Amino acid sequence: MPLNNRVAYYPGCSLEGLAVEYDVSTRAVCRALGLTLVELDDWNCCGSSPASLYDPMLSATLAGRNLLLAQEVHLDTVMTPCPGCLKALKGALKTRDAHPEALAQALGRPLSERVHAISVLQLLYEKVGPEALSQVVRWPFDGLAVVPYYGCLLTRPQTVAAFDDPENPVSMDRLLEAVGCTVADFPFKTECCGATSAMTRSDIVARLSGRLLDMARRLGARAMVVACPLCQQNLDLRQAQVEKAMGTRFGIPVFYLTQVIGWALGLPAQDLGLDKLIVPANGVLPARKPPEPSAS
Amino acid sequence: MKNGQNLLRIQEHHDPAFVRRVEQQSAQKVSHCYQCGNCTASCAFTDDYDFPVNQIMRLIQLGRKETVLSSRAIWLCGQCQACTVRCPCTIDVARVMATLRSMALESGCVADKNLRRFADEFLRSVSLFGRVFEAGLLAAYKLRSGSVLSDLELAPALFKKGKLRFVPHRIGGRRDVADLVKRFSDTL
Repeated sequence: MPLNNRVAYYPGCSLEGLAVEYDVSTRAVCRALGLTLVELDDWNCCGSSPASLYDPMLSATLAGRNLLLAQEVHLDTVMTPCPGCLKALKGALKTRDAHPEALAQALGRPLSERVHAISVLQLLYEKVGPEALSQVVRWPFDGLAVVPYYGCLLTRPQTVAAFDDPENPVSMDRLLEAVGCTVADFPFKTECCGATSAMTRSDIVARLSGRLLDMARRLGARAMVVACPLCQQNLDLRQAQVEKAMGTRFGIPVFYLTQVIGWALGLPAQDLGLDKLIVPANGVLPARKPPEPSAS
Repeated sequence: MKNGQNLLRIQEHHDPAFVRRVEQQSAQKVSHCYQCGNCTASCAFTDDYDFPVNQIMRLIQLGRKETVLSSRAIWLCGQCQACTVRCPCTIDVARVMATLRSMALESGCVADKNLRRFADEFLRSVSLFGRVFEAGLLAAYKLRSGSVLSDLELAPALFKKGKLRFVPHRIGGRRDVADLVKRFSDTL
């Protein structure tokens, strides 16, 4: 997929609030790696699952309005860090391909065939890649043991995601290895964390997220690395609830991928929102020595 | 229920048009399902379902409209897509579940009232501001569902970390967005 260095940026509502650290770290990492993010002007909520509950066309229209905003500023690639938003944007693209007239009528304008949507993981993997990333790392992790957790939607279903492997994705593994992490072979990479049932059935989240944290601990991981705001909330914000339900203590910090990469690139902690994590990162992230006089 | 088993009597409550409607609305061939059980084996939520997802597929084939639309399972499905990825008949099973949920909502048969309340408050927030205002949405949902005390222990950390905005972000195009929501969901 041809990618320009300038991409349209759709943060989504979570990244303005509960996942604010995903927003700041995404912007910081992309800036450091020479990718220009152009935030869509006046973007709106993608509709998420409530819109598709009422009508798939409502979902396609709400998400489609954002794709139109990208088209107006002549950007074909829309990047969003949130897999939930990505699902909605891709749903709108699918509707554009299957029923172009119906979508154009609902939106008031046709949506160009060139516009497409990708995740921040795909952007970093395809535009930068593990090899180039490893060459710009300033503070490699020195073998920090982590598990990568992709969640449900980044690679599923394959016909929609069109990225990596739906059962055993490896893109995040490769990027984490590139910054010096030791990546355990995590068998629950794409098992569900409980998703939106956090709102109505927190017992389900406790069971499903508990299983993920338990496996991470068994594998000796010091941290989990995720790419989804909902997964992060279930595993980090609700970790104390999970611990209570299971009668155990995990104390496993749950980082966004962009926070981990940013740390290795030497970006300041406040640009990565590390203080926003509920389970503290203290003692897990290696100390970064003061910058040496540049010998290289 | 007999001896702890849900027995399906195919001659009872049979609605032959139901399978056609589900297939048409979901654009999936549910009739191709031959009960391999991969979907249920993959399902993270099956412990809490009243009918495992493979049985939902069978119930559709049998035209058991009422049983399917009043089931708890269709509301508990997390749309994780594991079933869809693993179906050997390439049925988008998660999409079928989503379709059933919309059909149940349409027929006024909502087994999980709270999920509907959450969806309504979510879309209300989107209509008002153009984006979801998380703090407002959480408060409105907790009040409407009568579960004010649940998750209350999470609040101090969220405020301390500054993760909840107190003021909604209103976008310029919020009227257009509100019109869209109104066009597709007249109940709001």
